[in-house]
Amino acid sequence: MANAPTPRVRVPAAAKAGEMIEIKTLISHEMESGQRKDSSGKVVPRKIINKFSATFNGKPVFEADWNPAISANPYQSFFYKASETGEFTFTWKDDDGSEYTAKNKLTVG
Amino acid sequence: MNLKTVETTRRETLTLAAIAGLAAFLAPKMSFADENAVAAEIKKLYGDKKPASGKIKLDVPEIAENGLVVPVNVEVESPMTDKDYVKAVHVFADGNPLPGVVTYKFTPACGKASASTRMRLAQTQNIVCVAEMSDGNLYMAKANVKVTIGGCGG
Repeated sequence: MANAPTPRVRVPAAAKAGEMIEIKTLISHEMESGQRKDSSGKVVPRKIINKFSATFNGKPVFEADWNPAISANPYQSFFYKASETGEFTFTWKDDDGSEYTAKNKLTVG
Repeated sequence: MNLKTVETTRRETLTLAAIAGLAAFLAPKMSFADENAVAAEIKKLYGDKKPASGKIKLDVPEIAENGLVVPVNVEVESPMTDKDYVKAVHVFADGNPLPGVVTYKFTPACGKASASTRMRLAQTQNIVCVAEMSDGNLYMAKANVKVTIGGCGG
């Protein structure tokens, strides 16, 4: 891969208590499906991000197990009901064991 | 007479060789999942429990021009309280080399059992979505997507 995967997350900076906010995430990753063949006919080995998870102040919020059918540069959006001020931690787990993380603060007032 | 026999045999051999070559050419480059594979996946997860219909809004395009990026949005009707929420949602594609697309695990903190992502579809096929509620009930939804350019192995 040319560049290390860079996660991008869009979370509103502030929300009212009880407000439903949408979180949108995107990470650059080629998501090699393990189904493709290179020019010499050999199967290109699978290398995908297989797990995405989101926690808020350490508590689990949302998880997605991705299969090779997920597009390159995977996009994931989901919702969170704001209740307290804190910090999101987003984690992407790669097949090769590496982990990519992003943190975003949310102020509830 | 003898010569003729040899001649026939050779022709037969050639014909057979041609058929074999044609079969190899026509044989699919990879195997694809089908409805049974999806049913088997669901059985593996939930045994013989039969999912009911309803509660799920599965939003996929009717026609996907590019099978490499097909948006998929799933929304399950639920109050998302501590006692009554959507535990898991599985999305399958019955015409891909592997049937699994994505599995979501929701918590009551989500407030809403809704998520979007983008998937690859190798060909025109059905998208099947199964939702598991916190009380163990299962729901299922299905939608067909026409794919004009395949997105697998291309």
